[in-house]
Amino acid sequence: MKRALSGLIAGALFGAGLLVSQMTNPPKVLAFLDITGDWDPSLAFVMGGALLVTFIGYRLILKRKTPLFEPHFRLPTRSDIDIRLLLGAGIFGVGWGLVGLCPGPALASASFGGTAVTIFIICMLIPMVIIRRFLSA
Amino acid sequence: MENFTPVSATLGGVLIGLSAVWLMAANGRIAGISGIAGGLSAAKKGDRGWRIAFLIGLITVPFTLGLLKPDLLNSDFTVSLPLIALGGLLVGIGVTLGNGCTSGHGVCGNARLSIRSLLATITFMTTGVATVFIVHHMIGA
Repeated sequence: MKRALSGLIAGALFGAGLLVSQMTNPPKVLAFLDITGDWDPSLAFVMGGALLVTFIGYRLILKRKTPLFEPHFRLPTRSDIDIRLLLGAGIFGVGWGLVGLCPGPALASASFGGTAVTIFIICMLIPMVIIRRFLSA
Repeated sequence: MENFTPVSATLGGVLIGLSAVWLMAANGRIAGISGIAGGLSAAKKGDRGWRIAFLIGLITVPFTLGLLKPDLLNSDFTVSLPLIALGGLLVGIGVTLGNGCTSGHGVCGNARLSIRSLLATITFMTTGVATVFIVHHMIGA
């Protein structure tokens, strides 16, 4: 129950952040990626603000032995650079640059983005589920 | 740079950062949306609740804030539905293969000084910029 409640709070903060910064609006994101056009650096400030808070917060939190409601911290352990990582990131960037949305903003705008965002989310989720099943089989 | 909104952008970023820090402090988890959502399908019993709750917060809070400030509810797609579908597929494929997205790698991974996340971020930023350049300035879509 506590874990779910804390998850809800985290999701709420995240959604609020995405909406306030307008990352939920494709043109805002595309204008950042459009470096040779009418460039809007706002996304860099979103990321900068998030990075600063998270960097400081993580350093403080990870000094503790355990999280509040779980027995361990679940941190990624890999440090190798493989082709899957780079290929995946590359492909993700193409989709992102094509539409101007990534998973967080897409879900955060699900309630008001209409047919377009619904289609984006469905098309995004299908490979996410299938590839994971395929990889873990 | 007429649409540059440094204050709301930074504020939004801070909220995202607070979300990430809270999720780590409370649940010990990386606030990577592709991981949270993508992991739901394979999640075991004790692992589903917080994910569903996170997604509920992520989806409903913008709706609620929009009731108070409707001018925030902008979702202006600039490409056709087939391209939106294609973009969604590529994003879904990419974040699964690459184990993360702008939140997982871009924010959380980089905050942990992960070299994997740094390279992933540089890569998706590069292909993102290249895609926009090709689509908007070469093809003229």
